[in-house]
This record gives sequence, structure tokens and C-alpha cells, in this order.
Amino acid sequence: MHKIFIRSFVSSLVFLFTFTVAAVAKDVKAAFVYIGPTGDHGWTYQHDVGRKAVEAAGYKTTYVEGVPESADAERVLRQLANSGHDVIFTTSFGYMNPTNKVAKEFPNVKFEHATGYKREHANVSTYAARFYEGRTILGTIAGSMTKSNVIGYVASFPIPEVIRGINSFTLAAQKVNPNIKTKIVWAFTWYDPGKEAEAAKALIDQGADIIAQHTDSTAIVQIAEKAGIFAFGQASDMDKFAPKAVLTSVENNWGPYYVDRVKAVANGTWNQKDTWHGIGDGMVVISDLDSAIPADVRAKVNQLEKDLASGKVHSFTGPIYDQKGNLMVAEGKTADDGMLAGMMTYVKGVEGDIPK
Amino acid sequence: MIIDINFVGLIITSIMASSVPLILASCGELITERSGVLNLGVEGMMIIGAISGFALMTATGSLVIAVFGAMLAGVLISTIFAFLTQTLITNHVATGLALTIFGIGISAMIGKNFVGIPGKEFPVLFESLKDAIPFLSPILFGHSIVFYFAFALPFITSYFLKKTKIGLIVRAVGDSPDSASNQGINVRLVRYLCILYGGAMCGLAGAYLSMIYTPQWIENMTGGRGWIALALVVFSTWNPIKILIGAMIFGGLTIIQFHMQAIGVRIPVQFLTALPYIVTIIVLVVISRDSRKIRLSTPSSLGKSFYKDN
Repeated sequence: MHKIFIRSFVSSLVFLFTFTVAAVAKDVKAAFVYIGPTGDHGWTYQHDVGRKAVEAAGYKTTYVEGVPESADAERVLRQLANSGHDVIFTTSFGYMNPTNKVAKEFPNVKFEHATGYKREHANVSTYAARFYEGRTILGTIAGSMTKSNVIGYVASFPIPEVIRGINSFTLAAQKVNPNIKTKIVWAFTWYDPGKEAEAAKALIDQGADIIAQHTDSTAIVQIAEKAGIFAFGQASDMDKFAPKAVLTSVENNWGPYYVDRVKAVANGTWNQKDTWHGIGDGMVVISDLDSAIPADVRAKVNQLEKDLASGKVHSFTGPIYDQKGNLMVAEGKTADDGMLAGMMTYVKGVEGDIPK
Repeated sequence: MIIDINFVGLIITSIMASSVPLILASCGELITERSGVLNLGVEGMMIIGAISGFALMTATGSLVIAVFGAMLAGVLISTIFAFLTQTLITNHVATGLALTIFGIGISAMIGKNFVGIPGKEFPVLFESLKDAIPFLSPILFGHSIVFYFAFALPFITSYFLKKTKIGLIVRAVGDSPDSASNQGINVRLVRYLCILYGGAMCGLAGAYLSMIYTPQWIENMTGGRGWIALALVVFSTWNPIKILIGAMIFGGLTIIQFHMQAIGVRIPVQFLTALPYIVTIIVLVVISRDSRKIRLSTPSSLGKSFYKDN
């Protein structure tokens, strides 16, 4: 009796063991490389929300946070590729060259680089989100609701991503209200709550009654709440930080893309792609509209969101002029992706110069 | 843009609010340094104060517990520094740097569960008087208790060092620990207490950031303010009143450069961003260039370990 018990016990152990080994061998492991800490409640935080979605879909994930965009990145990537990861997501622009370099050394590992444009090897894909579509919606709301006609905008660094956002926001606001002015203040940081708060205060003192931001912390919406004016959330829904001030937020939603790509690796259907998704594909999400937004504006915005999603409306539809009055996009045309990707000039109506 | 007197009042108020953490941390570090101890862990102690204050506020809902808890957390972490440098006689500079790295790391670890939670509103005093007098009212009224404390602190610190016996003892310990020891003063105990006091003030400075100034927690939210506070102590030549001036200039230029950007002044933004650092150093160097006074106010044994066993 004992012997039979032991034998069956051992055999079941062996069975379990082989079963687990087989399962592990099939498992796809995904790794994520982050520029900042996952606790920034902004850019990296949202990527990590995406990673958790991958985990929830049943895949193993690893992440390394606070990786500098230098030779360190290469070292981290090599280490991840060596330790059995099948797909590696590098989530900052500056990882572009390290990603391509390491991809060459590991042809069997898939690499996914966010916001870049170099795909030098067959195992490198790139992806980014059309956040400017979200900013078109914010601009429409701001233009419709401002009373002082001065809209404040706290910007981070003068790169195409940020300039594109400022332009798209201003164009949309001008469309509903030709008298508005967008005042830009450069904070030269992605997140430093103290500095962002000071920048927002300066804009409010100068008469701005709505503030948009392209920095990551929630300090700006909190300052707006205290001052009794309106603001927009960035990267995640910031409504709970300033329930009265936040009209809506533009959320970065990486989860669906990440799950898709990891699944593709698991099924063997992964192929090289350049993805630039917007509202239509759900990579850019507009949070619930605040009740302070009047019904007519709300209706307009809902329609606009649908049209942006379907492609009926493009954020950059001509005629668009730059600050000096030169034509950038002709009437009836829309800006192509190449122009958007390298956009480094303000459109007409934005005040000031781009810091060089 | 209209420049009226109320507008100027608003700007001055913003400047004062932004200089509070610098004043608190600098005045705390000043006492530590006056006793002859160089603690480079200001940034680390501030960030520990920031997360402790925010975490306690979220967990207990009590602002009083949170503020005192943040100060206590600053005291606790500075106890590590005190034990290492005073009892085990380790190098001040290396231990202080380690304290900063440790503080940033451990605050991030504790803070994981507190990201994305809004803070509570901190009560302000004299709010009803806020519109009573143009220009002066926003400057004087409607601030948190920590704000008023910060602006009293440089004067209290100055009085303490110059006019009280304990202040004299602290200076004696910093200038000549051997003579002080021969006078029967317990050098190690005095230095311990001064380090703990510095920790408490840095903890309070951090709590001001995470609970009052921008009520939220994100990693690294002190953003280098600890290092600026540390620099202010040196450039003010260990004079609390000059710390106040330096902190106001630094906070002021940070805010004024944003205003200049918003008005559209055509000066390179990168230069404007660097301006607070440059001008604060220049001004403090100029107002403190009397070499006799520098010699008098610099703690002679700053950063040197005291070996004598009592």
C-alpha cells in the first residue's frame, strides 16, 4: 500500500515537473526599460500600468527603472536579452541608438522602442501615440471656455513632441475663438512639483484663466484648483487631485498595444512595424468631461472626438501659417507624419520663441 | 500686462511660499554646522520628511500627527548619521552623501503605495483678513502655520546663537571642541542634539513640500532643494538672516524668470533658468566678503571628527 502511494506520488511529481517545465518553456517573458521611477505618476507610471496589463494577460514581465539614456542603457538591454526575455520595450526616445545596437547582437529577441524612428534591424519595431489629437480636444474646450482670452501652457523641453502639442492646442483654440493668446512658460523639467507650481502661479498672476500642461506632476492642477480656475490633466486622469479645476485629461493608454505585441510574440506572428496610434485605436484616451463644461461645448467635443477617431478630422488641417505668416500646410491639405515628427516651429498665434 | 500694487503683492507672496523649505532646511543645517558637523544628507532628510508627512496624513488623517511625524522621521534618520559620525567616528562627507542616497531610495520604497493619491487641504490662518489691505494682506495673511514659523526661524536662530548660553555652547563646540571639552561640556552630546535638530527641520521642510506647497507624493519630489539649502548655509557664511535673504533671492528669481517668459522677454530661457543659481551666489558672496567676519562665523572645526573620550 505504502509503495503504491509513494510510487504514485513520485510519478505525479514527475508529471507536474515536466508539465511546469513545458509551460515555462512556452512562456513569453517581456521586459520594460524605464527612464524614470514608476512612482512619477506620469510618463513612466503609465508605461508601468501597461506592463501590469501584460502581467494580467498571463505573461511574465520584468522592469528596470531609472535607466539613463547612455551606455548604461546598452548594458541593461544586453543583460535583459541575455537573461531569457523574448521581447523588450524601451520606453524613452533616448534609447533609440542603444536599442538598435543591442538588437543587432540578439536577432532572436524582439525590441519595441517608444517614440523613436530608427528600425535598423528586422527585430526592432517603433511605436508612439498621437497625443496631439488629445490636445486638439483640450484646445477646443479652452478656447470655448476662457473669459480672459489668455490661456497658460506649462511646457517641459523644446522637442517636436511638445511643440506639436502646443501647436495642435493653439490651432484648435483659435478655431473656436480667434482672440485667444497662448502664453508658454518652459519649466525645463518633466516633473518637479515645486517648479511646475511656480510656473503655473506666474501664468495665473498674468491673467491666464485656463492652464494646460506638458509636464507630468499634478501640482499644476492643484494650483489651478486653489486659484479657482480651470486646468487639464496630463498622462493620467488627474480629476481627483482637483475635482473643480480639471475639465478633462489626456490619458496615455499603452496597455492594449503591449498586450497585443506580447501575444504576437507568443503566437509567432510578431512582425516589424511602425505604430502611431491616436484616439481611434485607444492609445490616447480622453477622460470624462467635467460638469463645468457647458452643454454646447460638450456636444461639440464629443463630435470632435468621434471625428478624430474616425479620421474625418485631422488636428493639422490647412491653411496653417507659422509665426512669420509663412504657409506651413496649404488649404484643404493635412500635415503628413514626417512633418509632424519633426515639427520645430510655432504656428501663428503662439507667443514667444522656441528656446534654442 | 498691468503692473499694479496687488500684482506685486501676489508675486511677493509666491516668492515667500517657495522659499519656505529652503529657509527651514538651511536654518536646521546651520545649527548642525555651527556645532562643527557637516551633514550633507539634507536632501535625504527632506525627502524622508516629505514621504513620512504624506504617508501619515493619508494613514491617520491627522495633520498634526503628520507634521510632527515628519519631524520625528527627520530626527530618526539623522540619528543614524549622528551614531555613525559621532560614536563610530566615520567621515562626515561620506556619511552625509550616503544618507542622501539612502533617504531617496527608502522614500521611493515607502512611497510606492502613495503615488496618485491627492493630499488633504492644509488649514491657513487669518484667511478672513486676506482682502483687508491691498498689497500687504496677501503677504501677511492666509498662510499655513509652517509658513509663519519659517519666517520667524532665522531671527530665533540668530538670537539663540548670539544671546543664549546654549547657543554659546553650540558655537564653542563647533569652534574648538577641545577647549569646550576641557570646560566640562559634553561635546559629543551637544553635537548629537544639533544633528537631531537639523534632522527635524529638514523633515519639516520636506513635509511642507508634500503636504502644503504641492500636496502629493511623487518620487524625488524635493528636486535638489536640499543641495540648494546646503549651499545657502555656506554662502550666507553661517548667518541665519543672510539665509533668509538668500532663500528669498533664489525663490524670487525662479518665479520672476517664469513671469519674464510669460511676458515674452527675449532672453534665452536656458539663461533665465540658470539665473537664480548664479545671482544668489553672487549676491551672498558680495554681502559676505568681510574676511574678518567670515573667519569669526565659520565653525573652525567644521567637518572634523572629535576623538576625545569623555
